[in-house]
Amino acid sequence: MKNLLLFFAAILMAYSTYAQNIEVCSTCAISTLKKAISVVKDFDTVLVKKGTYKEHNILIDKPLTIIGENYPVIDGELKGEIITIVSDNVTIDGLFIINVGTSYTEDYAAIRVRKSKNFVIQNLVLEKLFFGIYLEKSRDGKVFHNKIIGDAVEEYNSGNGIQLWYSKNIEIEHNFVQHVRDGIYLEFSDDCLIKNNVSAENLRYGLHFMFSNNDIYQDNLFEKNGAGVAVMFSKKIKMLNNTFKENWGTASYGMLLKEINDAEIRGNTFEENTIGINIEGSNRIVYKNNDFINNGWAIKVRGACYTNSFVENNFLYNSFDISYNSKINDNVFDKNYWTSYTGYDLNKDGIGDVPYRPVKLFSYIVNRTPETIILSRSLFIDIIDFSEKVSPVFTPDNLLDNNPLTKRITW
Amino acid sequence: MLKILKYSFFDLMRSRWSYVYFAFYLLLGIVLLFLNNDLSKAVITLMNVIIVLVPLIGTIFGVMYYYNSKEFTELLLAQPLKRSSIFLGQYLGVAVSLSMSLILGLGIPFVVYGLFKSNAIWDFSLLLITGTFLTLIFTALAFNIALTNENKIKGFGYAILLWLFLAIIYDGLFLMSLILFEDYPLDKLSLIGTMLNPIDLSRTLILLKLDISALLGYTGAVFKKFFGTNFGLIVSFIMLTTWVVLPVLRIIFKSKKKDF
Amino acid sequence: MVSIENLHKKFNKNIVLSGVDLNISEGGIFAILGPNGSGKTTLIKSILGMVIPNKGTIKVQGEHIKNSSSYRHKIDYLPQIANFPNNLKVKELIKMIKDLRGDTNEDQRLIELFTLQPFLDKKLGNLSGGTKQKVNLVLTFMFDSPLIILDEPTTGLDPISLIRLKDLIQAEKAKGKTILITSHIMSFVEEVSDEIVFLLEGQIYFKGSISELKNKTNQPDFEHAIASILT
Repeated sequence: MKNLLLFFAAILMAYSTYAQNIEVCSTCAISTLKKAISVVKDFDTVLVKKGTYKEHNILIDKPLTIIGENYPVIDGELKGEIITIVSDNVTIDGLFIINVGTSYTEDYAAIRVRKSKNFVIQNLVLEKLFFGIYLEKSRDGKVFHNKIIGDAVEEYNSGNGIQLWYSKNIEIEHNFVQHVRDGIYLEFSDDCLIKNNVSAENLRYGLHFMFSNNDIYQDNLFEKNGAGVAVMFSKKIKMLNNTFKENWGTASYGMLLKEINDAEIRGNTFEENTIGINIEGSNRIVYKNNDFINNGWAIKVRGACYTNSFVENNFLYNSFDISYNSKINDNVFDKNYWTSYTGYDLNKDGIGDVPYRPVKLFSYIVNRTPETIILSRSLFIDIIDFSEKVSPVFTPDNLLDNNPLTKRITW
Repeated sequence: MLKILKYSFFDLMRSRWSYVYFAFYLLLGIVLLFLNNDLSKAVITLMNVIIVLVPLIGTIFGVMYYYNSKEFTELLLAQPLKRSSIFLGQYLGVAVSLSMSLILGLGIPFVVYGLFKSNAIWDFSLLLITGTFLTLIFTALAFNIALTNENKIKGFGYAILLWLFLAIIYDGLFLMSLILFEDYPLDKLSLIGTMLNPIDLSRTLILLKLDISALLGYTGAVFKKFFGTNFGLIVSFIMLTTWVVLPVLRIIFKSKKKDF
Repeated sequence: MVSIENLHKKFNKNIVLSGVDLNISEGGIFAILGPNGSGKTTLIKSILGMVIPNKGTIKVQGEHIKNSSSYRHKIDYLPQIANFPNNLKVKELIKMIKDLRGDTNEDQRLIELFTLQPFLDKKLGNLSGGTKQKVNLVLTFMFDSPLIILDEPTTGLDPISLIRLKDLIQAEKAKGKTILITSHIMSFVEEVSDEIVFLLEGQIYFKGSISELKNKTNQPDFEHAIASILT
């Protein structure tokens, strides 16, 4: 296998030595991208000089590299899709693509990769777009260091920044996406790595998974989106060291989990979200070493969630730590640090001597009558919370952290 | 009026109770800070304490001062002084000295701990402003109670009742009515309900700081406007000021009609 | 000096003054007498503006006192029970009253007169009733006002101070001032007053000199004259 790879690499290198560079500029012999693509041979490089190129429906059907110098502008004049890649081994680098056409019947993209392998899309700037980068039934590609700035206002007539559909093994790194519908959207896409991206101020989700398995996303920042990240109907997703911030609003979450099984959520920071994590029908998920800071609800459990474990997380200054809408609990809370814990630690082992009950009666009342939120921190509410704590009637009585820590956990 | 204020203030500053009050806050500040080792957490705990305690102390102290200084008041009444300036002076003397005890008692430990280098400074300032407002409001209410009740015991009783009502019972009734009418749009009602109780009003100010994430989860448009913009902050401060002005006006009105 | 017309006052349902008409001319010492609860203090407090009448007008030197406070510059008042803020020192109290009413140097003389020097640095709360009354007297007499109202001035005074007080009152009278006194000590009243005003059941029962009273009641001495009214 390794020999085979070496062999291919050798052939590739040999090939590239024969590859030629072709320049495109407004005064050159070749003044359009389309023309350049039609004349180059496989594995050639097209150098696009600075300037504005009013082109759309550019079809790349052979393996080649397109490099923009000083960000030449490709202006689609709102007429439709701009670049479509249907060949393997294509690299696009350093273009400024604007004015993608909007349509209600077709998902026009700035760049679409269709049924191709080994592509690299990097250092692009996309503006005034419908869809940004659309990967369709493609695999083994890289989307690296692009800047996608949309101007989406309504969900129904806007597209996603980076969209994957039936794609596999894609790396999405160091991209910056804002003001689109979904920053990054994965549908039926497995084994992808999403790392170090910033997805902010998008209409719907910063990152959105549907029917996608075995993906990892880590070290991303999701800020001020309609909702941070939605993970739905997917399995074995790893969510590591991401930051979810200021996702504020009625249906706003740092993270929304729906029908998710066997995921790992570790090392993330959820800060100032209306709801840190909203969980529905999700099982066997491990939550470990996450920080929940200043959220309205750190975790809202909507039901049908079994054998999840919440271990060694920090719950700091949330209005509500955990909210349940039922009396049944099958999840484990252990060794977390809760700032609202008021117990004591007489033997000084760092573990509070009294168990902590993270679900307050008041959260149950607010679930029922949302306006009552205005009474939070009232002495009266403290009194009824206290009586519920002493003898639970409305909240699950086995929902306890038996080993609440007395100091914030560091890892 | 300023002269009366000055004498009442210095009179109080020398009394044992001001020291007790000051020492209490000093101790509270120190204990919270050095046990928690966390400035933000200390501020949050303090907010919960202050909303309840400042009104209690303001009412009790106001009533107590009024009854205790009855002779002094009569001495002043025989002097060529306006009644309104006598009572306003005394009222402000009490309110200012209580506020000073609060601000210094809490301020000193927090400043020593390194408040100015912390980002909790705004929360802390809000806390002190709210505390001062509550002192002004509840001292004024206490003076109102004392002015209308010659009987000391009755006066104290009403003062405690007033506190109990505004601090606890009101919220209980409020909560019950919200749950009872949950099928109707309630956001206006709940905001109005909050405005009518100075303790709830101050709580809202603190909610705006601490629980904004949760508050924004609610759909009501009025709610959203109130909590999502500076509108809520401005309206709350206007209402707090109204809550100071109205009882003070009643002090002036009542004192003009009263026999000594 | 003071003219009162048709003065009515009731506390809740308890009628204290019912139609008092009284003219007090300028100069001289007037004693206001009457049994307990006859409305002496209420009358005095009405003149001082401490009690707001239900009906009637009061003029001090021709000026309506309603809603006014500046006329009290013309009055020195000695309250019945001298209870001062306990935290203050005697010195500070005197200074404070001077601060509120205006400066005077009379206090030095009065302090010497009542030998109060040793008490100047003591807190008022620690003084005996008699000493407090002396302080009270100093506060009253240190200003030079045309009308002086003394409510039970003799309370708690030792004989020497009592003599001093009588001298003071006579000295003020000599200056042409008007002095209103209430007292239960009949000998004191008889000794100092030029005219008496007798209040009974909220009305003026008698106004005139002591000899007129004796004539009216056919009693040889003052105390019996008073007693005969009451029986």
